[in-house]
Amino acid sequence: MINGLSLGAVYALLALGYTMVYGILRFINFAHCDVFMVGAFVGYYAVTPFTIRVAKIGLSLPVNLHIGTDSIAGGTLALLLAVAFCAVLGIIIERLAYRPLRQCSKLTVLITAIGVSLFLENMGQLVFGADPKPFPELFPVREFSLGAINVSSNQLLVMGVSALLVIGLQFIVKRTKMGTAMRAVSLNPVAASLVGINNDRVISFTFGLGSALAAAGGILYALNYPAINPYMGILPGLKAFVAAVLGGIGNIRGAALGGVLLGLVETFVNGSHYSTYKDAIAFAVLILILLFRPAGLLGKVETEKI
Amino acid sequence: MNGTGHNPPRMLERIFRPKIILLAVLAGAGLLACFAGQFGRYYTGLLTKVGINIILAVSLNLINGYTGQFSLGHAGFMGVGAYTAAAITLFIGPNLLPVAGAAYYHWAAWGLFGAALLAGGLAAAVAGVVVGLPSLRLKGDYLAIATLGFGEIFRVIFCNIKSLGGGLGLNGIPRYTNLFWVYVTAAVCIYVVVAMVHSTYGRGFLAVRDDEVAAEAMGLNPTRYKMAAFVTGAFFAGIAGGLYGHDIRAIDPNGFGFMRSFDIVVMVILGGMGNTPGVIAAAIVLTLLPEWLRPVAEYRMVIYSLLLIVLMLTRPQGLFTWRRKWKQV
Amino acid sequence: METGLSMAATPTTPPLLRLEDCTLRFGGLTAVSGLTAEIGETDLVGLIGPNGAGKTTVFNLITGVYRPAAGRIEFGGQSIAGKKPCQITARGIARTFQNIRLFGSLNVFDNVRVAFHLHLWQGLGHAVWRGPGFLREEKEIAGQVMEMLEIFQLQKYRDAPAAGLPYGEQRRLEIARALATRPKLLLLDEPAAGMNPTEKAELMKLIRFVEEKYKIAVLLVEHDMQVVMGICRRIIVLDYGVKIAEGTPEEVRANPKVIEAYLGRPAA
Repeated sequence: MINGLSLGAVYALLALGYTMVYGILRFINFAHCDVFMVGAFVGYYAVTPFTIRVAKIGLSLPVNLHIGTDSIAGGTLALLLAVAFCAVLGIIIERLAYRPLRQCSKLTVLITAIGVSLFLENMGQLVFGADPKPFPELFPVREFSLGAINVSSNQLLVMGVSALLVIGLQFIVKRTKMGTAMRAVSLNPVAASLVGINNDRVISFTFGLGSALAAAGGILYALNYPAINPYMGILPGLKAFVAAVLGGIGNIRGAALGGVLLGLVETFVNGSHYSTYKDAIAFAVLILILLFRPAGLLGKVETEKI
Repeated sequence: MNGTGHNPPRMLERIFRPKIILLAVLAGAGLLACFAGQFGRYYTGLLTKVGINIILAVSLNLINGYTGQFSLGHAGFMGVGAYTAAAITLFIGPNLLPVAGAAYYHWAAWGLFGAALLAGGLAAAVAGVVVGLPSLRLKGDYLAIATLGFGEIFRVIFCNIKSLGGGLGLNGIPRYTNLFWVYVTAAVCIYVVVAMVHSTYGRGFLAVRDDEVAAEAMGLNPTRYKMAAFVTGAFFAGIAGGLYGHDIRAIDPNGFGFMRSFDIVVMVILGGMGNTPGVIAAAIVLTLLPEWLRPVAEYRMVIYSLLLIVLMLTRPQGLFTWRRKWKQV
Repeated sequence: METGLSMAATPTTPPLLRLEDCTLRFGGLTAVSGLTAEIGETDLVGLIGPNGAGKTTVFNLITGVYRPAAGRIEFGGQSIAGKKPCQITARGIARTFQNIRLFGSLNVFDNVRVAFHLHLWQGLGHAVWRGPGFLREEKEIAGQVMEMLEIFQLQKYRDAPAAGLPYGEQRRLEIARALATRPKLLLLDEPAAGMNPTEKAELMKLIRFVEEKYKIAVLLVEHDMQVVMGICRRIIVLDYGVKIAEGTPEEVRANPKVIEAYLGRPAA
């Protein structure tokens, strides 16, 4: 159950990124899950010394950020580093790959997104190596017992940080000027630009925010499943997307709800007879949702005017 | 009937062309097969891959390009066909073939293979119905994700069927595929798709793609068209899967996942949605591309994905589309 | 004041289209309320009303896009409420759209050709086999399509992509396409929108011609009073989803309720 919640928390963080971008641009950012992966790797390299090697020019540059493991300060620093890095990454991706295609058909942008995703994964393989790396314990780990249930501090951390981030996000969207601008652009981009909102800035901000959440999700996920590799984002990403659809794509509370629900369902299935089917469960849920309630649990039904 | 003396509509020309093209390509396939022995293993293998990809791309083009149903799960149909065909040759073959006796063994094997391919195609067609039905109500992004989901579900199902090898897949599939089978199938596939779409009934596919509401208002039943597209596309994908399985002799579920589907989708996009000659050209180029990139094998996927992004940024309508200028009659 | 039956229908033949007490709600908003109307077999009826009165919604009700929450819709004596749009078109109702909905990637020829769908003998199997029957039918259809294009003076655009046509031609094409389904009732949704006076005059001639030549009933939603008063034999007026008047153009023009709906009440 705790496993389910902590897995669900990670899915929720990822799902938020998907749902925000879809809400604003009506487009599924396939590369989102790879930003998740990059976040985890930044967390890894924050505490592991590494060498930048470029064979062609004979460059060999050792880098050591000297962030210690097993400490709260170190862990927080690593987390913040990953979040910042990925926020910038997300903004760059939007700027270079998606913005020029704003007017094109959705198909084209979808293909581009998949292209970016492939690029990140394969670059990751080139740069990081394909073999899984053990994720260090960024934060000190303690075990707790609540009655019959054993809980690890990492799991509590995941749930706590996620909850904080979701609340923070709600605050941004509901109470700040930028949040209102985000909502305006998602409802009617033309009208939003006519009332003086800089759509480009809002979209960049949304991508940055979503990517930041993905990075946090990446680190939190890696804390509990400590083997990271360049392709680690694919499956969680797909499931997080299902979670976003489950909750109602474009709806922030829905994404959080969907994430938690899916995490619980998946953990439950994992513990039962059908554990080998656990990956297919997410897709089955997806198809059922799309068939019977495409707007999702909390979504609004959009009708076409004829 | 139309005796006012204006030019006969160009449409009539198109009516005669498909059958002639079919005969020409069949003849070409026959020729190819005759000289197949001279090509050498490497080129034969390459040509086989090209042919299979042509079948996959053209069949997907019917669903995505002509009918506008954005399907991301085409490889799932391929997998269904591959497994069904392999199951027949692997499990039924050894029981059936010895009965034929030495003299007829060759013909019996061919017959078995043909039947296996057909069965693969039919099984995939059934899968096409399963995927097509829910898709009727979905549009755009949602449809893409749902078909992707179906593709993954098929993959997981294959991983879990122990009698078909589970996660390790099947191997030791007899090598029945040769250039003749591949290119005859490709020719038939191209002919069927083009002939269907260029008829008056078949114009409905494009109408459903362009504007489903208006199409319904003109009496077309979008459900029929979408289902027809899915079933036909899946059928040929299934046969392609069977051909594939009997070429590389070992199949596993992960070879029919999203990446495979994506490869085929890229061929359709690059060729231009609904542009059969373009899609064929794209299939050829994209099959040969990884070979050309072999020298930089490490960077292959990185270059490929970068190329894809650049292509979408610069020429999203596809590499091989051109606007035919219309002439005033 | 006369209401109801058109002059052409006799008491014993049922009207071609009959709406009885139809109601349609969108959530809390009642778009159409208690609408009762009849259209005879060779009627030319106009449906007018201020913006938002529910005119296109009535079209959508008739063509099956929406299902009425209450009431009956009968065509040729049989109920069509709740049937799918393609089934309703098969029974003989065709329409054009307020925002032109042509098949953009098809050329003009194919746009009309597709609409012959309902009367096709061929199926996909025939299309693949291409036997003599198929080829004969294709030739026949080609002839009929060219005939249609000539009637609507679109023959020189035969191979042009439909999306590239000038606006007036697009509207004509939409009407031609609708007629290709061989309807008994044609619904035209604001056919004169965006036209200049010359084009409107031609449109009026075209509609009268279509009605005479094909012997069909026409129901027309239109804002332009010149067009409506010029060709319609009978007019139905809607306001907020309710029928407030019905009659000949003169009667409707003088009806105080109609004037009030459009212009408001005179100052007391």
